[in-house]
Amino acid sequence: MRVALFVTCINDTLHPDTGRAVITLLERLGVEVGFPEEQSCCGQPQFNTGYRHLTEPLVRRYERAFRDYDYVVTPSGSCAAMVRDNYPRIAERAAAEGRGGRDLAEAAARAVPKTYELTEFLVDVLKVTDVGAYYPHTVTYHPTCHGLRMLRLGDRPRRLLEHVKGLELRELPGAEECCGFGGTFAVKNPAVSAAMGADKVRAVRETGAEAVCTVDNSCLLHIGGMLRREGAAARPVHIAEILAATEADTREPAGMEGSPR
Amino acid sequence: MSGTYLGMPAFPTAAASSTQDGRLRANLRYATHTIRDKRAKAVAELDDWARLRAAGAAVKDRTLRHLDHYLEQLEEAVTAAGGQVHWAADAAEANAIVARLVRETGEREVVKVKSMATQETGLNRALAEAGISAYETDLAELIVQLGDDLPSHILVPAIHRNRGEIRDIFRERMGRWGRAAPEGLSDAPGELAEAARLHLREKFLNAKVGISGANFMVAETGTLVVVESEGNGRMCLTLPETLISVVGIEKIVPTWQDLEIFLQLLPRSSTAERMNPYTSMWTGTADGDGPRTFHLVLLDNGRTDTLADTVGRQALRCIRCSACLNVCPVYERAGGHAYGSAYPGPIGAILTPQLRGTASELDASLPYASSLCGACYEVCPVAIDIPEVLVHLRERVVQGGKVTRRGVKTVLKPAKGHAAERAAMRAAGFAFDHPGVLRAGQRLAGRTRRLHPRRLPGPGHAWSDTRDLPPVPAESFRDWWRRTRGEERGK
Repeated sequence: MRVALFVTCINDTLHPDTGRAVITLLERLGVEVGFPEEQSCCGQPQFNTGYRHLTEPLVRRYERAFRDYDYVVTPSGSCAAMVRDNYPRIAERAAAEGRGGRDLAEAAARAVPKTYELTEFLVDVLKVTDVGAYYPHTVTYHPTCHGLRMLRLGDRPRRLLEHVKGLELRELPGAEECCGFGGTFAVKNPAVSAAMGADKVRAVRETGAEAVCTVDNSCLLHIGGMLRREGAAARPVHIAEILAATEADTREPAGMEGSPR
Repeated sequence: MSGTYLGMPAFPTAAASSTQDGRLRANLRYATHTIRDKRAKAVAELDDWARLRAAGAAVKDRTLRHLDHYLEQLEEAVTAAGGQVHWAADAAEANAIVARLVRETGEREVVKVKSMATQETGLNRALAEAGISAYETDLAELIVQLGDDLPSHILVPAIHRNRGEIRDIFRERMGRWGRAAPEGLSDAPGELAEAARLHLREKFLNAKVGISGANFMVAETGTLVVVESEGNGRMCLTLPETLISVVGIEKIVPTWQDLEIFLQLLPRSSTAERMNPYTSMWTGTADGDGPRTFHLVLLDNGRTDTLADTVGRQALRCIRCSACLNVCPVYERAGGHAYGSAYPGPIGAILTPQLRGTASELDASLPYASSLCGACYEVCPVAIDIPEVLVHLRERVVQGGKVTRRGVKTVLKPAKGHAAERAAMRAAGFAFDHPGVLRAGQRLAGRTRRLHPRRLPGPGHAWSDTRDLPPVPAESFRDWWRRTRGEERGK
């Protein structure tokens, strides 16, 4: 089983800890993970802002980067959804417009079935829910929109969290409501985005949890940015970093370093 | 706010002020969450909901594919049943036809059934200019009309009002339009409904002309269907001597058997009812029963152009249930008026820029009025992939491209005001396709991290006004990998 990490551009640049956590976690579970450096961005920011044409080279790049692997695992629900839902669409539209030809469609067709969001890969492929993690904190889980409605992650992340030793899961009120990030939406409609974020942050604070966790650092960028601005105690933490933490690991658990992310 | 959407600001500007309106936010939050939860329960009762939804989408798609055929079949059937059919290419033509038909009756007053098509065309205003008073008889539309306001929701046009505000509007304004509100009217729902009932009863009994829309038109028999829950529609459709119905051409279903699907999908999605309370159906005219004259005005107003777009055309499946509004986190916080159209919420964000085009700043801003969370698509009873169409329309705004306007194929230029974004996207696209450039950028950001300001200047303030920026780490993942694992493993 040849497994590659697709770290995503946001994690690569802003949250390398999340990428390292995936490596730690998968290696602990006996999986050898590769990182083809040819990878870059899935193209979601461009696609969702209306620049579909600019994503075509990225579809090709993605397929080329991961060609030698059976599985591509990514710690991002929305990037996995971008590949799975939109790559075939991008190829289809390019063909309809007389560009791309067969190769783009074939690239998309090869990329889609091997791409897994991290919790999907753990639960569906490795068939584990107890990954041997230890995280002695109260945590609330926010199901991100793309994980919830595009990937249909269902209770996979929760099942993984429930098996983490020491972790107390707190129910998030209105959990299925969007946090208001929405990529460029956050800056194109800042008032509504901030209003949605304020409601989400209020819900997080109501739980009294020490950390809010999701499958996507992009949503956490927004939720965490608001929590910090408010001086709230709750920390944003990616699920990979919780699942990577163990009793043996003497470092301060992820998200709890005291230095804000 | 007075009776027109013209000249309204772009969505982000309108939403910047509406999100600050605490009372509006509270009214909307309470109302949308109530309907949202009730709908979820009503839908969960049916085991075959997914199949009904697929059937609804399929029937609509097939009908739209052969719309020319069904429209002619409908015209033939309506005419054979004693009705008269008129064709209106746009809003102005529809309004002119209705004004002429009313004038020909010699009447100066009409009663109206709640109708989205006539909100879309701005009929009431056009009739007023022609010296004709149009009285809205749906409770919420009455509240909006008396308040010199605009609807902010498809199904519940006065959703932005609470009881206290409604009581004040009734007390102050009812007398100017007819029977005044009873003395000492309170904000008890029963009393408010009774005041409206007494006020409207007068209108129903005096009206000689009724104006309606229709939820469905059955092509095989020429039957029109209005679905409502107050009974005001039934009054307007049966008491007047003349009935004029203005209906969008996409409202056709081929047969009565097809109608069966939608009469299950619509009530559960809109009002969370298992069965709709008042379902009125009529076929042309009948001697001694109901209106003696019936006119059907078929409205295009951008629908044929929308049909020409292979991605955008799914918006024409819409049955105006408003389930997408009730689950939309953006609608809930911005309110319906920010969308500057009779069609607010997610469906409005994809319908308005197609029906009206994307030339105005407001219409070009609508496809961006969404975080693409997908809640709308999930509840849509005819499976309109609203996020897909939103992204498609964003592409139209920033890239331009082929569109059909008034039946003519044209090539649209990219909208103004996106030059900086376009340049940034191209630069990012270049970096992402040249990982060496990406790495150099990351290293630069990492080395200058201590110099990064906490709040961003220029357009970046849209982020940093309310949110802190994440600190940039000293080392990117890809550099960490290369340093610790070397290139041989991660080739």
